[in-house]
Amino acid sequence: MESRSRHFKANAAASLANPVLQANLKTAKGKFVDKRAISIKEIDDFEGSREAAKNIRNRVLENLDLWLEKFEENATARGATVLWAKDGEEICRHVAEIGLRHGVKKAAKSKSMLSEEAGLNLALTAAGIRPIETDLGEYILQINDNEPPSHIIAPVVHKSLDEIADLFHQVHKTPRKTEIPALTREAREVLREHFLTADMGISGGNFLVAETGSVALVTNEGNGRMVTTLPHVHVVITGIEKVVPTLEDLSLLMRLLPRSATGQSISNYVSVLTGVKTPAELDGPEHLYFILVDNGRADVVGSEFQDMLRCIRCGACMNHCPVYQTIGGHAYGWVYPGPMGSVLTPLYTGLENAIDLPQAATLCNQCGVVCPVMIPLPELLRKLREKQVEKHLRPWFERIALKTWAWVAGNPPLYALGSWLGVRYLKWLAGGRDRIPVLGVAPGWTLGRDFPAPEGKTFRELYAKKKGR
Amino acid sequence: MRVALFVTCLVDLMRPRIGFAAIELLEAAGCDVTVPASQTCCGQPAWNSGDRAAAAALAKKVITEFDGSEYVVAPSGSCADQIRNEYPAILAADPEWHARALELSSRVYELTDFLVNVAHLESLPGNFTGSVTYHDSCTGLRSMGIKEQPRALLAKAPGVELKEMVAADECCGFGGTFSVKFGEVSAAIAAKKCGNACASGADAIVGGDLGCLLNIEGKLRRMGNEETQVMHIAEVLTAKK
Repeated sequence: MESRSRHFKANAAASLANPVLQANLKTAKGKFVDKRAISIKEIDDFEGSREAAKNIRNRVLENLDLWLEKFEENATARGATVLWAKDGEEICRHVAEIGLRHGVKKAAKSKSMLSEEAGLNLALTAAGIRPIETDLGEYILQINDNEPPSHIIAPVVHKSLDEIADLFHQVHKTPRKTEIPALTREAREVLREHFLTADMGISGGNFLVAETGSVALVTNEGNGRMVTTLPHVHVVITGIEKVVPTLEDLSLLMRLLPRSATGQSISNYVSVLTGVKTPAELDGPEHLYFILVDNGRADVVGSEFQDMLRCIRCGACMNHCPVYQTIGGHAYGWVYPGPMGSVLTPLYTGLENAIDLPQAATLCNQCGVVCPVMIPLPELLRKLREKQVEKHLRPWFERIALKTWAWVAGNPPLYALGSWLGVRYLKWLAGGRDRIPVLGVAPGWTLGRDFPAPEGKTFRELYAKKKGR
Repeated sequence: MRVALFVTCLVDLMRPRIGFAAIELLEAAGCDVTVPASQTCCGQPAWNSGDRAAAAALAKKVITEFDGSEYVVAPSGSCADQIRNEYPAILAADPEWHARALELSSRVYELTDFLVNVAHLESLPGNFTGSVTYHDSCTGLRSMGIKEQPRALLAKAPGVELKEMVAADECCGFGGTFSVKFGEVSAAIAAKKCGNACASGADAIVGGDLGCLLNIEGKLRRMGNEETQVMHIAEVLTAKK
């Protein structure tokens, strides 16, 4: 997917100016945040579980190559083929080749963020394979001219019921429906046909289990089961960091994932799929492929950003983020929005291509305290800012302002003089009022609020006077 | 108890009365308060902007200035956090400075935390009358555990009625330089905070970090709200009728 992260500020401004989006974001926040808060209370020691989950993920990342080899060995032993992809292009090439090998004309897809990273749908279409998104949200986006998702688990969270009703009416050429059950029934009727006629199923993978060579899928709509069992070819596309050692580890992570994501104790469907269909089995694919993707991940292993690879893609960080709640996911410009996206996008697409993202956070740490695998997101954002400074990627005026300020702050007499002047300048600007409506030195501040006027003298002046110094 | 006050650059520049209120409270708790004259800023803007060198230089300056004081107290959760939790990280590569940072770290407190848990302030020097709602500033809350302390102090004031707002622990949108770099987003977040705070029906919005308070006050006034007061907790606790 082509990144639009460079245009973050313009994207954010557009989001703020969109009243429908603003209303939708408000509704979504209530759902995600409140439900999670209730569901985590079901776990006696939630903090202890977070700690354990963190340790499982760390254990994998410390020897990622070995766990991946183990996964490959066990998956291969069960008849699957494990392929490796360096980047999005290689994902597309692999899938197109698999399609060609098995004479695939239509591919039914369950949700996969890796397929978004790769821009897979476009590549499949070019290769003569028709991709059909079957996750309801992804399907809505696909029929809306391939709109990108705005959330990793709720891709159409930015849309209202009305917008979807209009879309179905236009695309399906059916009478306009406004009841959710009627709309989902309509989608089911369209999709049922595709499930039955698809030659290939494509899914993501929430986890890979090394000891069994399995993929675990966490879904709510049942489309994942159709996609992975009906077509004779199943292709799993997932990041190399998604492996966990054992089924036991998976069970612990599954206590946290649905609760953190949607506030469910367990998702409607949890599938652990192992190997190809054996002669004794009725269902399942005859051909099973795993495409394990790097796309920037290997470089993060062993780096100061390795903690980010613990991510299990629950979306709790964005659901709780004041910035995400205010501008929505599209503003972030690439596959992953919110705090996790502000870390991943620069790491995977280049620091210079997402210059605003690490800065676009208040560092409130709401994300860090809800993350089920304890990723210190604000700390990683701050480290990315440090990288930007090291690589001279910040704008010249900001660099000069920061350097000048730091130099003055390190020089107390000069600082005293500067603040003496500064406070008087601000007082003059206020012109006898208690506020400054337009602040020339920091125009960003007064775009949407006033700047309160200072009292008029600095503390150090007043204190020195009081002490008779 | 000997306390060195870390005034904070925002209080120095914008609201000196908060600094004096902090001194009054500390003295009421029986502390001997000094204010090292050469102090400027804790360096948080540099650190959060990714300028490690500038942050380290200012950290060393603060460590030197507050050497030998029994306690260091700041009327701000985020500045106190910078000194307590970030300085050791900033200076981790230099064993000597790292040790000094850790030593200072053990002595630095946010004002309300210090008053409640160290100085055990008994009676308040002020007699504020009115209803207040308390905004939990993010760093103080999530990195310094400041939640009950300001409320415990407010509970000591007979004239104060605490009216909790919905989502008191959610960010006001300030975020230091974020408020200037992404002014519109920041102000939009502030609008939600102001909405929640005003819905509590309190006469005053109170907090422990001046950055957040300036953000909230600026947004309230732009929204046309002239009635609701915005006050630092030290001002509330020392206010005289």
